[in-house]
Amino acid sequence: MSKVVVITSGKGGVGKTTTSAAIASGLALRGHKTAVIDFDVGLRNLDLIMGCERRVVYDFVNVIQGDARLSQALIKDKQCENLYILPASQTRDKDALTEEGVEEVIDQLRQMDFEFIVCDSPAGIEHGAVMALTFADEAIITTNPEVSSVRDSDRIIGILQSKSRRAQNGEEPVVEHLLITRYSPRRVAEGEMLSYKDVQELLRIPLIGVIPESEAVLQASNQGMPAIHLKGSDVAEAYSDVVARFLEEGSREEALAKRPLRFVDYAKPGLIQRIFGGK
Amino acid sequence: MSLSLISRIFGEKKKTTAAIAKERLGLIITHEGGHSGRPGINLKALQQELIDVISKYVPINKDDVKVELEKNANLEVLEVSITIPEAQPKTA
Repeated sequence: MSKVVVITSGKGGVGKTTTSAAIASGLALRGHKTAVIDFDVGLRNLDLIMGCERRVVYDFVNVIQGDARLSQALIKDKQCENLYILPASQTRDKDALTEEGVEEVIDQLRQMDFEFIVCDSPAGIEHGAVMALTFADEAIITTNPEVSSVRDSDRIIGILQSKSRRAQNGEEPVVEHLLITRYSPRRVAEGEMLSYKDVQELLRIPLIGVIPESEAVLQASNQGMPAIHLKGSDVAEAYSDVVARFLEEGSREEALAKRPLRFVDYAKPGLIQRIFGGK
Repeated sequence: MSLSLISRIFGEKKKTTAAIAKERLGLIITHEGGHSGRPGINLKALQQELIDVISKYVPINKDDVKVELEKNANLEVLEVSITIPEAQPKTA
């Protein structure tokens, strides 16, 4: 049974593509056959973050329009055995994604025994974003602790609950997960940033993890390497925790109890540390 | 001046900007929360039943009955639009 997971947010620049790349890679590293699809037609970027931009021959729209077979368009990841990337088209517009076409591609991926199909949504609430969430079984709502991102997440949750196939057909609702990214424990401690508890209380969907703000993310994207591969970095560890919790059976509370949040507390530097510097 | 100095020494902490953000967002967040909300409406089934009922009285096509659920700021609108085809003039 394949599971379709959408990474969405409403707002742009919050870390959807970074998260899609990290989570898809994390699932593959744990042995699950995974495909990650870029839904941002016209502004493709997942290929760059995954480091496969020079191997793109055919794209998602070519497959939908019958100009290429799915197997020709899928790019095998160079780091993970079980991971494939389906890039977006750079030259078409978002209307090229028809609902039937997207469904057909997802059905084919199911038949190819992909366990997880990760859909990297474009920003906004227009056609591309709706297509990315239409077939979702689960959704990771990527949110920054910042007012406009929280409001946009609220909006996209509403759309998920009305426009997804599951909602339209009156089936079990899409399972929602809140992922907070670009989190700064220091700024939270100083009252300059919403805490993860604040965001969770406002959006009222279960939390799956908190990713700290980190310079490592830029270092990763510079090299076309998903952040989860940056050994020893906070971001890689935090994403690995998210993947582990995502795969956990049972409730989210249990998953969080078993694997508590890390990198969310701020230790004030002591006097000596302040005098002699050091991080 | 002196008052603000006193209040700065003795008391009332100034509200942090994070607290202001939370308060502002609390007033505009709309949705009910993933699992506490009302379960979805089976729109396809609703559409079919409407077609069945209306067909008893007026001959209509499947496409003449449209059912949509729109979510606005703080309410949901269930929009049902039924187009009845023009009656064919009876041939004598």
